[in-house]
Amino acid sequence: MAVLTPELRAEAERIKARYPAGRERSAIMPLLYLVQSVEGRVTQDGLREVASLLGITTAEVEAVAGFYTMIRLRPTGRYVVSVCTNLACALRGARGVLEAARRTAGVPTDGELSEDGLFTVHEEECLAACDAAPVVAVNFANYDRMTEATVSELIEALRRGEEPPPARGPFPGDFRLVSRLLAGVPESVGAGAPEATATAEEPLR
Amino acid sequence: MSEPVRILTGRWREPDTVWIDRYLETGGYEGLRRALAMSPQEVIEVVKASGLRGRGGAGFPTGVKWSFVPQDTGKPTYLVVNFDESEPGTFNNRELVERDPHQFLEGAIIAAYAVQSHTAFIYCRGEFLWPGRILERVVAEAYDRGFLGRDILGSGYDLEVVIHRGAGAYICGEETALLSSLEGYRGQPRLRPPFPAVEGLYASPTLINNVETLSNVPHILVNGPEWFRGFGPEKSPGTKLFSVSGKVERPGNYEAPMGTPARVVIEEMAGGVLGGKRLKAWTPGGSSTPFLTAEHLDVGLDFESIQAAGSLLGTGAIMVCDETDCMVEVTRRLLQFYAHESCGKCTPCREGTWWVVRVLGRIEAGAGRPEDLPLLDDQCTNMLFRGFCALVDGAVSPMSSSLAYFRDEYEAHVREHRCPVTGRGPGLVAEQGAREEAPAATTVPSWADLAEELG
Ligand SMILES: Cc1cc2nc3c(=O)[nH]c(=O)nc-3n(C[C@H](O)[C@H](O)[C@H](O)COP(=O)(O)O)c2cc1C
Ligand code: SF4
Ligand code: FES
Repeated sequence: MAVLTPELRAEAERIKARYPAGRERSAIMPLLYLVQSVEGRVTQDGLREVASLLGITTAEVEAVAGFYTMIRLRPTGRYVVSVCTNLACALRGARGVLEAARRTAGVPTDGELSEDGLFTVHEEECLAACDAAPVVAVNFANYDRMTEATVSELIEALRRGEEPPPARGPFPGDFRLVSRLLAGVPESVGAGAPEATATAEEPLR
Repeated sequence: MSEPVRILTGRWREPDTVWIDRYLETGGYEGLRRALAMSPQEVIEVVKASGLRGRGGAGFPTGVKWSFVPQDTGKPTYLVVNFDESEPGTFNNRELVERDPHQFLEGAIIAAYAVQSHTAFIYCRGEFLWPGRILERVVAEAYDRGFLGRDILGSGYDLEVVIHRGAGAYICGEETALLSSLEGYRGQPRLRPPFPAVEGLYASPTLINNVETLSNVPHILVNGPEWFRGFGPEKSPGTKLFSVSGKVERPGNYEAPMGTPARVVIEEMAGGVLGGKRLKAWTPGGSSTPFLTAEHLDVGLDFESIQAAGSLLGTGAIMVCDETDCMVEVTRRLLQFYAHESCGKCTPCREGTWWVVRVLGRIEAGAGRPEDLPLLDDQCTNMLFRGFCALVDGAVSPMSSSLAYFRDEYEAHVREHRCPVTGRGPGLVAEQGAREEAPAATTVPSWADLAEELG
């Protein structure tokens, strides 16, 4: 079954054209993100479609997709909650933040996906934001200096359909929309150029 | 209190310097103008004379690297900007892009001109959603104003820039793995030589530089190599952005001349150890560089001095642990990172990291045995320099150094079946360990199975 609409197939061709002629295979990652933006993950159908776009086998695409953690081959929530537990965050209480996130989201002890399918909560490696430890990212937008209480509030707010403002930049939207941004085609979802950044409001050192 | 030096962070104090108008008003793209008025060879000579060394971890002289890119191969030449920043504790590339993105873009354009590349890729870490969005805008701005595209500033030089997002794999920061990834394959390292300068992306000459390295370049073009050499020691000139995190009062990126004593950065700039506690251990350059201790606080933060003290400057990422932190736990958590991120290509790395996590976990859980310490020593020896790339050497760093400096702490865990620092016994740790993530493609027994298996 075709995953991409004719419009998105045209988008896929533009993505391929970013790379030198004959080097279209380089587009595999943005194409996987594009498929993920439709499926909310990448299924066998999606892998097949990327394979046909690139003229390589589905097995080859799967081998690549399986290597990268941001390409989700398993069922995935609307919000991917990544809790950094690497050293700088661990030293400032990430373990408790992770526990609270899993509890509030309702993730079973042996899994990642919440019972209502809304959240994927997982342990993340260093997010390169250790100054704001412990860090939690929701669909790759960072929330700084989290505690057990604030991460629970964050998840509750998302469940109510709110869009809590991240530390920098606007709220990125659900996992499908974010995958579209990662494919590098923000216009296709009406996301314009980013505006004035919240970075400048941070305390300056 | 020493006077702060602001070169790379010069625009950070002003809000709104992110976009191109403010960048131009504050002297932006002057370095590029100067570069385009010179021959590519002259630009390389200026950067060589500055003594700038790569900030991505290895410290290779930047101008020398540029001069290695051959000009007569008949193939296109590529510039690849390494913005995959994933070394634990490191966050200066991200802030450089978030606060002053045109600075490094200008440096990238100068680098591309110097090696006569007409296509540049910015490999942006996948998780950097917002920094990636900023890049999209600044690249578009640069095209609009004639700093990218055809006939840049009327010089006849053309350059296209493509932003390429990664998808979550630490190993893709390693330059040859990055190239595999950019070509659309699994991010696994390749054999060197041939070095990327000669045979890199699409088997063509390729220059790979880090974001902080490139951010220095416009300043060198504007102010000259002698000015640059006015900061820091002779062999490590310039300033460095130190990412300070963990148990300090004010975590953050701090710019200081190379060679600044660690004490100044940790105690003055970052406000000292959190809550006035005693410093126990710190990394000078991310988790892949051996721990140092309170004894080393007066060592200068530059490539040579840190190496003489038994560690590496790496990315300049200083993670601080205090007297209340258990070094076995700290080390186990870092090794878990390497086990997770090992690309799986070579056995000492793939299996070694996996086993070390188990042995460290056993000691941490109070189930360690006296022979575990020599076993860990042995594992270090069998991993160090036995992998295809430096990831496995990075994994050994925290382990061998914590074993060297905190051996008594490991021994106390084994002897007392509990942590001498936190007082935690087997129960607590086992509960925590049961949920640790498994290394890719391996079925990991639960902590309980493991305890049984290990006796
Ligand atoms: C496991 C591993 C991970 C690395 N990750 C990064 C990284 O995230 N960013 C980076 O600039 N360099 C990284 N490097 C170093 C690069 O291989 C390369 O040396 C560097 O990008 C060269 O740029 P420079 O000369 O400007 O420092 C890594 C190296 C290894 C072995
Ligand atoms: S040392 Fe580790 S990360 Fe590097 S190539 Fe070997 S398995 Fe992969
Ligand atoms: S350790 Fe959590 S962001 Fe770096």
